Amino acid sequence: MRRRPVWPRRLADAAVKAASVLAAALGLAMLAWILAVVLQRGASALNWRFITGMPVPPGAEGGGLANAIVGTFLVTLLACVIGVPIGMMAGVYLAEFGAGRTLAALVRFLVNVMIGVPSIIIGLFVYTIVVLPAGHFSGWAGGVALSLLILPVVARTTEDMLALVPNPLRESSLALGAPRWRTTLHIVFRAARSGLLTGVLLAVARISGETAPLLFTALNSPYWPRSLSGPTANLTVTIFNYAMSPYPNWQRAAWGASFLITLGVLALTVVSRALARERTR
Amino acid sequence: MNASPKDLTRAVPRVSALDAPSAPPSPAPAKISVRGLNFFYGATQALFDNSIEIPAGSVTAIIGPSGCGKSTHIRVYNRIFQLYREQRATGEVWIDGANVLAPGVDLIELRRRIGMIFQKPTPFPLSVHENLAYGLRMHYKMSRSELDGRIEGALRAAALWDEVRDKLHRPGTALSGGQQQRLCIARAIAVEPEVLLMDEPTSAIDPVATARIEELIAQLRERYTIVIVTHNMQQAARVSDFTAFFLSGRIVEFGATTDLFTNPKQKETENYVTGRFG
Repeated sequence: MRRRPVWPRRLADAAVKAASVLAAALGLAMLAWILAVVLQRGASALNWRFITGMPVPPGAEGGGLANAIVGTFLVTLLACVIGVPIGMMAGVYLAEFGAGRTLAALVRFLVNVMIGVPSIIIGLFVYTIVVLPAGHFSGWAGGVALSLLILPVVARTTEDMLALVPNPLRESSLALGAPRWRTTLHIVFRAARSGLLTGVLLAVARISGETAPLLFTALNSPYWPRSLSGPTANLTVTIFNYAMSPYPNWQRAAWGASFLITLGVLALTVVSRALARERTR
Repeated sequence: MNASPKDLTRAVPRVSALDAPSAPPSPAPAKISVRGLNFFYGATQALFDNSIEIPAGSVTAIIGPSGCGKSTHIRVYNRIFQLYREQRATGEVWIDGANVLAPGVDLIELRRRIGMIFQKPTPFPLSVHENLAYGLRMHYKMSRSELDGRIEGALRAAALWDEVRDKLHRPGTALSGGQQQRLCIARAIAVEPEVLLMDEPTSAIDPVATARIEELIAQLRERYTIVIVTHNMQQAARVSDFTAFFLSGRIVEFGATTDLFTNPKQKETENYVTGRFG
């Protein structure tokens, strides 16, 4: 028996290592580039007026996007108020009550399909069922569209997080005489608490950058979002409009808004990662 | 051991209330009376015609090789198996004159009366205090001070009070493994059960902590009927008054622990307790 030479394995090892390091570096470099551009262009647009002021016409100096910041906050909040409870309850059904049931398999399948539906289609859908019958764009419609995006994500993370809770913990609660609902609410939720919160925060981070669904629903507005019944100002559609405009001060504002969203998503991600780490500890 | 496992299964005699080979030599009335219990995981039968009379106020050990149905058997008593849709039991389990497998049984009250301790300690992700308050608040209405008193009483009964009296508001999960298991025992006895089911309660715990829990079982036997599943024969011999030997889902022999270990009536029992298999 002749010994295989060692050098081809060493070579293959080195090649694979080099390729994976290169790929990782490329991805990171792109991210760093995006962050650098957004930071450089956005940070210069950012000042106190930008956060507290109202939009100004093209050409005029100063002005801010306070209306869009508040509008994005309100529409995202509405999306959470609608989407998180329904998504969580669906996840509870899948994890706690659906084992081995056909309905659960169907719901799980639909949740996965819904996660994959492009957000622009969700926007068109809500346009057809809310905006057209109402006859006008509205913040309500925007919230509904975003809630449809957040719902399946929350349902799936809830199911995943509850599935991580070991069965003996459920059994211990039931064996003390606790009914099923109390076991789920007081013990299983408690055990999965930080994981559930992480899931919701990541889902919020995901929808806070969505533009397409808002384009068909909340649209945009230069005014303060006094109510959600009309077109509602928001950061993402503002970026879309301003960036396409020929006016330098609007283009600068678009960079500022991009910077704000990036900062917000980054903050949400960091917080949720910290929570996830606390859970594993 | 010459017989193949298949022969062995066939040789196991059926044990029923009528022809129990070794009726409990105790005058104590049966607290739990199992008659013709069968158990199924889906289409697979795990228990075959189990019948046993467990005397009140005693410790009964259930021994047998892995996978013989020991845990499955006691998981019928409080119907905890019903958490899983594919599991089902047929037959009768009479506890204090009521068949717990009959329809219409109040599971909440049944499980208050029959506490259960699991293989791995399962403290709730709550403080020590809340771990005990959970069951107490669920079953009883009481004032704050009465609640605190009952919690202290249960922790004392579980020989844990001195170790946790300063940590009542720390997480129960921060205790050591042995302490966690005693916390689970305290939690179970806080709601004043009559029966305690222990499913290999020391198999995940170090020897010193195991000794403490065995001591605790000896103290608790005066107030509760205890059924303990163990794969440790020395433990069965140390803590129990009666022992049932399970094999392949059947009860091969049941009797006073000393008799079963020193003078087994069945060949399979003798082979197992003398360490020839299992």
